[in-house]
Amino acid sequence: MLNYLITGISLGSVYAIIALGYTMVYGIAKMLNFAHGDVIMIGGYAAFCAGAYMGWPTPCAILFSVFVCTVLGMMIEKLAYKPLRNATSLAVLITAIGVSYFLQNMALLIWTSNPKSFPNMVSFIPSINLGSVTISSTTIATIAASVIIMIALTLFTEKTKMGKAMRAVSEDKGAAQLMGINVNATISVTFAIGSGLAAIAGVLLCSAYPTLVPTTGSLPGIKAFTAAVLGGIGSIPGAMLGGILLGLLETFAKAYISTQLSDAIVFGALIVVLIVRPTGLLGKKITEKV
Amino acid sequence: MSLLKVENLNVYYGSIHAIKDISFEVNQGEIVTLIGANGAGKSTTLNTVGGLLKPKTGSIVFNDESLVGTKAHNVVRKGLALCPEGRRVFLQLSVADNLEMGAYTRPNSEVADSIAMVYDLFPRLKERYKQVAGTLSGGEQQMLAMGRAMMSKPKLLMLDEPSMGLAPILVDQIFDIIKDLHSKGTTILLVEQNAQKALSIADRAYVLETGRIVNTGTGEALLHDDSVRKAYLGG
Repeated sequence: MLNYLITGISLGSVYAIIALGYTMVYGIAKMLNFAHGDVIMIGGYAAFCAGAYMGWPTPCAILFSVFVCTVLGMMIEKLAYKPLRNATSLAVLITAIGVSYFLQNMALLIWTSNPKSFPNMVSFIPSINLGSVTISSTTIATIAASVIIMIALTLFTEKTKMGKAMRAVSEDKGAAQLMGINVNATISVTFAIGSGLAAIAGVLLCSAYPTLVPTTGSLPGIKAFTAAVLGGIGSIPGAMLGGILLGLLETFAKAYISTQLSDAIVFGALIVVLIVRPTGLLGKKITEKV
Repeated sequence: MSLLKVENLNVYYGSIHAIKDISFEVNQGEIVTLIGANGAGKSTTLNTVGGLLKPKTGSIVFNDESLVGTKAHNVVRKGLALCPEGRRVFLQLSVADNLEMGAYTRPNSEVADSIAMVYDLFPRLKERYKQVAGTLSGGEQQMLAMGRAMMSKPKLLMLDEPSMGLAPILVDQIFDIIKDLHSKGTTILLVEQNAQKALSIADRAYVLETGRIVNTGTGEALLHDDSVRKAYLGG
């Protein structure tokens, strides 16, 4: 029981970090970046190449991965999404799916479909023994990372000038421009942050589930998107809550009901939540007076 | 001397010729108003000067510098602030954060002083500084929009329909504030449908009709001009 709880929270924290990336980009740029899961996969490969292949020390490999994903995210935004800034959201959505397939196939060309065995990059953190259960180093790292990232993002968007400018852009691009805010640069920074988070998620995901293939990011990406919607997309604490809930639900469903049915149960829960609360658990109820 | 000089400006929305070869100027220290009916091109003119729209031809010179081709987010750095139609405050940001965004282009060290100045002008905003802008009343949102525009310390403040949708008592209040801002040294370009009010505080005025300037003169003269009275002042 306690074991499942810990596994669930650990898995949920991975979802939470991915969901934070989704929600950040959605909250500011108002678009669903369906390629987010594949940026995670690229992050995993980047860390793998730097760490296992080139033999760089772990912190350097993680930093390298963050760097690669940040640049990649900004490039994707510039090349694929920016030209569609005034297009319909459906066009942007389909482009995002296209980018997703592009990244997967690029990875297939570079790294082939042979699974790479990912080294545990967070094993330097000691595991904790609590009587009968052991909390692994990956679990500790994942939970800590998700909490730190959530707090940092909240502080960033609430307190810093750049963060407030991002919220201003998300609400009214024209008015933001009139304030002197460079809208394109702001959206670019948003993608940089979201993709940097994807790299961290990639390293943690692959440390926990060490088989790295070009489709590694797909399912966790979709699950995390579900988590973001469950918690209320656009809301930072919502992404965290949604992620953890989804992880717990999935783990307990696997343990007590059926492994095969677990995904159906997870998505069923999403449907129920959306029927009752269409904006998600912590979704913003927009208070406007016109 | 002229602070803003617009010459032979032509603006299109696709194939629609919205602004037809208009020229006007705003001198240092003046209140100038553009009046006209719905769809005459008043807001289009302001949005073009503010950089949100690109003119097809014509020149916009502000402070001896051409603004044509300047990106909207750089226009405000040159000392020209536009308080847009419909207020467009950031509804999900607090009053204080909205004001901070108004000072986006200025060094952080100067922001507190400017916020104090705005609170001085609009005591109401000070009372509500923590509140999210979406919960303010229409009049308060207009005050916030004007305060936010003042945060950039503009040489020229462009106001687009500041009285729109406000109760008469609030309209008076907004016009008092405009006069107050002007007396404190801000040059003002005002776009209004409320021609009576606008002309009564303006030094000079231009009348826009379907994208052309059809009349110009001092505010006082236009208030008594027959054609203006017929068209905009109810006889």
